Amino acid sequence: MTLELFLLLAAGLFAIGLFGALSQMSIVMIMMGLELMLNGVIVATAAFWFYVAPGGTDGQVLIVVVITAMAIEMAAGFAVATAIYRSRQVDMTDDAADLAG
Amino acid sequence: MISIVLFWVLAVAALVFGFLVFRLDSMAQVTFALLASFLAVAGLVLLLGLSYLGVVIVLMMVIEMVIMAVFMIMYMMNPAGLMPMSMFHNTKGSAVIAGVVFVALVAGILLVDWPTRQGEAAPDLTFALGEALMGGQMLTMMTLGVTLFATIVATVVLSTNRGRYDRFGDDLDRAVADDPAGGGVG
Repeated sequence: MTLELFLLLAAGLFAIGLFGALSQMSIVMIMMGLELMLNGVIVATAAFWFYVAPGGTDGQVLIVVVITAMAIEMAAGFAVATAIYRSRQVDMTDDAADLAG
Repeated sequence: MISIVLFWVLAVAALVFGFLVFRLDSMAQVTFALLASFLAVAGLVLLLGLSYLGVVIVLMMVIEMVIMAVFMIMYMMNPAGLMPMSMFHNTKGSAVIAGVVFVALVAGILLVDWPTRQGEAAPDLTFALGEALMGGQMLTMMTLGVTLFATIVATVVLSTNRGRYDRFGDDLDRAVADDPAGGGVG
């Protein structure tokens, strides 16, 4: 186990999540991609804490922030999906392209 | 030795289940694949000695993914995998972007001269975290708390079907609420 191995895993999770967030059509699946990207961030943060600065608590606090961000992203995403489905029966990004440039 | 084996098992599991999230057909399976990926990451966090945060991730993700499964089945066009259909758009472009990002990250990871380990971990990490959140990192904690509260308000406002303007008019001056069905406390 080295810092590089953990960071490679984090990069892999981040890239898979990015692929999902960009390629999926369903709003809920896009949120899954975002969650997977944040999952990679958790791995990287924990590894940095352990291998670089185990003496401090900043790494742990950062993980708490990321976990909270995941929960907020999930709740806000579902609320938006519910609102747009209620008003227009839209559950796909391709049907919600009003703001596309 | 055991920790090295555990690392590889959990790392491969996290990646494979993460990959399966976008390969499986059934929405229920997709949700539980994502849960498995989260649990593998929680295992890695535990492996690094962060027992409290690891357990928090396990508890939170189990609940979050079970709730997510309900929403997935509600909103997906192919809830049970019975109607196989493509759910992708611009697959090639997305794959190229994700690939380029991965290569750039890997290059950074392998080329950067990372600093060496400094300091010793506190004997009780959970205590240290609590002390930080209630002391030096109090501002972080307060920001998180207010943000979570704002999320609660925002999600309820966004997802409610009929708000008070629907019930009491634009000026909120209707004497009796305009409800489709009477009764209750309204």
